[in-house]
Amino acid sequence: MPVNGPLSVATIVVALALAAWYLLRAALNKAPTRLDLLAVALLGVLVAVLVVVAVVGLFDGSRPAETSTFGGYLITTIAFAPTGFVLARMEPTRWGSLILGVACLTLPVLVLRLQQIASVVTGG
Amino acid sequence: MAEPAANDTKTRPRDAALGSGPGRVLLTVYIIFAVAAGARAAVQIATKFSEAPLAYVLSAVAALIYIAATVGLAVGGNRGRLIALVSCSIELIGVLVVGTLSIGDKAAFPDQTVWSDYGSGYGYIPLVLPMIGLYWLWRNRPSAKK
Repeated sequence: MPVNGPLSVATIVVALALAAWYLLRAALNKAPTRLDLLAVALLGVLVAVLVVVAVVGLFDGSRPAETSTFGGYLITTIAFAPTGFVLARMEPTRWGSLILGVACLTLPVLVLRLQQIASVVTGG
Repeated sequence: MAEPAANDTKTRPRDAALGSGPGRVLLTVYIIFAVAAGARAAVQIATKFSEAPLAYVLSAVAALIYIAATVGLAVGGNRGRLIALVSCSIELIGVLVVGTLSIGDKAAFPDQTVWSDYGSGYGYIPLVLPMIGLYWLWRNRPSAKK
């Protein structure tokens, strides 16, 4: 399955690394810098690629047993980094860093759930 | 709104809008839960409503309450505060009642809701979130202005 490939692993690792960085920044009372915002935007691009690959994978024969749930998670996942980006830009304080940290902590959970749902396959 | 003191750019005044500072973090988490609970309820009701009507209706109710709390926090002001206060209170009661019932009477809850087992499927965040929400509303009550 496409969502179980190295792309997912990369997304999870990058998201967790960024989460650690943002949480540290929040703990040190630092607002997100332009670089921090750029990083979350790039993470968003990575996630978008993952989602596109997953959607393409839906048309290669086998589908997750719960296709609608899978689709719901895909939409949520792709919207995540942009939402964090917008909210963090609205909040140029340490709390903006915490928002980015929370978003980056939640993304791996979403990717893991996607993998879980994708592993239960139905033919056709 | 009063301008913060010149030497105080990192923190906001206590009477700043409900949805700023830590409130914006709270709002972020509420958005996550509104989407998570809403999407889950929509899928459950659309695809297998007859399997566990009670659990799925509860999912939908929980989702609506998370959405209401999100809107309340985002809107702010007296009305936003009231909406958030009511929805956070219902959430806290809901997670306690449903959590207790789901442990006591498994048969009535054959499928998971966000509030089952006190929200253990979501890292107990559904249990903690309304408490933080209520604390935040209390801390930012109009009479706390300094």
